[in-house]
Amino acid sequence: MASTLAEKIIARASGQAGVAPGEIVTCKVDLAMFHDSSGPRRVAPRLKELGATVWDRSKVVVVSDHYVPAVDDASAAILKLTRDWVREQGIANFYDMQGICHVMLAERGHLAPGMFCAGGDSHSTMGGAFGCYMAGFGATEMTGVMVTGEIWTRVPETILVHWSGDLPDGTTAKDIMLFLCRRLGMENSFKVIEFAGPTVQRMSMMERMVLTNMAAELGAETGLIAPDAITLAAIRAGGANVDEAVIAHWRSDVDATYETRHDLDASTLAPQVALPHSPANSVAVTDVPGQRIDQAYIGACVGAKLSDLRMAARVLKGRKVAPGVRLLIAPASAQTTNAAVADGTLGTLLSAGAILLPTGCGACAGMGAGILAAGEICISTTNRNFRGRMGHKDAEVFLGSPYTVAASACEGRIADPRPYLQGVA
Amino acid sequence: MSGALLTLSGRAWTFGDNIDTDALAPGIYMKLPAQQAAQHCLEAVDPQFASQVAPGDIVVGGANFGLGSSREQAAQALKILGVGAVLARGFARIFYRNAINLGLPVLFFPAAAEIRRHDRLDIDLLLGVVNNLATGRTYPVTPVPPHLLQLLQDGGLMPHLKKKLAGERKS
Repeated sequence: MASTLAEKIIARASGQAGVAPGEIVTCKVDLAMFHDSSGPRRVAPRLKELGATVWDRSKVVVVSDHYVPAVDDASAAILKLTRDWVREQGIANFYDMQGICHVMLAERGHLAPGMFCAGGDSHSTMGGAFGCYMAGFGATEMTGVMVTGEIWTRVPETILVHWSGDLPDGTTAKDIMLFLCRRLGMENSFKVIEFAGPTVQRMSMMERMVLTNMAAELGAETGLIAPDAITLAAIRAGGANVDEAVIAHWRSDVDATYETRHDLDASTLAPQVALPHSPANSVAVTDVPGQRIDQAYIGACVGAKLSDLRMAARVLKGRKVAPGVRLLIAPASAQTTNAAVADGTLGTLLSAGAILLPTGCGACAGMGAGILAAGEICISTTNRNFRGRMGHKDAEVFLGSPYTVAASACEGRIADPRPYLQGVA
Repeated sequence: MSGALLTLSGRAWTFGDNIDTDALAPGIYMKLPAQQAAQHCLEAVDPQFASQVAPGDIVVGGANFGLGSSREQAAQALKILGVGAVLARGFARIFYRNAINLGLPVLFFPAAAEIRRHDRLDIDLLLGVVNNLATGRTYPVTPVPPHLLQLLQDGGLMPHLKKKLAGERKS
């Protein structure tokens, strides 16, 4: 029976020879991840209430990224509870203020093709860039995973999004996803989005992670990309072993059945900007002329990896942030910050006037430094701009790529990054 | 089997499409205890809702209700405020699962747009019927899948797990 990649992984995880969309199955979880906000503070009291223990602590990863560093009694207490619980449980895979959970899984070799993973965060879909099935769940459901090591799923239909053509300079995976939020809408609930085609195959792992991260914005169970040599190199760079055979095994069969297939051309795509208050409100950057901003924000799992910081630095090299505008940068991990120091990227950004924030989720989820006041306008590399997400409900957030956010910081209004890149390597 | 859960009755609070988790559980209140955060539920779209919603009232939404974050507080806030059920044209997947895990019935309801604010609704989960007492109209709703009805009848995932663990400890 021909199967999609999602069907193959779910069949393996549920112990079936094959599965078809619509079936309800119970899957064994290969890895469960949660963070300081969704994790121990909500899961530990429930485990206690149940008198239950963690089913397999070697399969649990805990990351403190939402409330880091502590700024008041409440956040300090949440972080302490997280540290205490991890110690009590003897969970070795704990990253405290080292980076954003989805990026930590990728950096530290936790993900491999064919795995079935449950994450206590909606952007857990990011893991799908490694050819594993990784979906987000709430805290009670993650409690269930902790107790049983299992979770139910309805086998999803797969939507194939096939990209060919070279992305023009200044246009990125982020622009692809803002475009897709408009094109496919945000209600692809209970489906999987598989990204494929030459454009995707040529992307770095960090850019592929942008695609699967924002599969969450499309409303999907997860986003998936079949593994190749680039995937394996990234896994090995994270210190894990992986067999070449996974490339041939963990991919959709050529005659697999997709619910729909979209064939799209990357070569004609312009940089995209999502207007407040939805990622689906995306337009070409040239359609928002003269929009003034108060803040430019480079942060989040989706938008502050080393690749993102390098894009911003390419625009800002030898330039300055416009007067009256603040450019805030919260790198996605400590490893990102170190690499950006080593290669000069961070120096370029700071010389331009950027303000460096601690690594973590920061202002993206409205919990950390850099949130907005009523009436303020921000352009951000983050993945969501719902009303009230990044601070006050009467603030306005536009979304763009790191190129677009950096160019906008230079001009003090939303700007097309392409002129800034001409002749810049 | 809990009969009370299978039939519900309450006033409708109507909302449009794409009610997101930041509207249901704003991030800036997320470090507050759930009871306090719930008082801010939906304040950006309907400032009266949290203070005026009565136990048993029914939230009616459009497309993609609950899109966004995995934060369970989005469904928990409605539960804390006493909401009896959410009817919507469509649901985001994590919100849908979170609601059922917390014992809050969620039903796909194609005719959501025909309900007006404060219409009185009767819902029969088992028959899959919504009665609008204000207009006398009756609508079929997509039935809750059997494995999820079981979870709802147990009162959510926690009571379900307790039952399961008690069964395992006996055997």
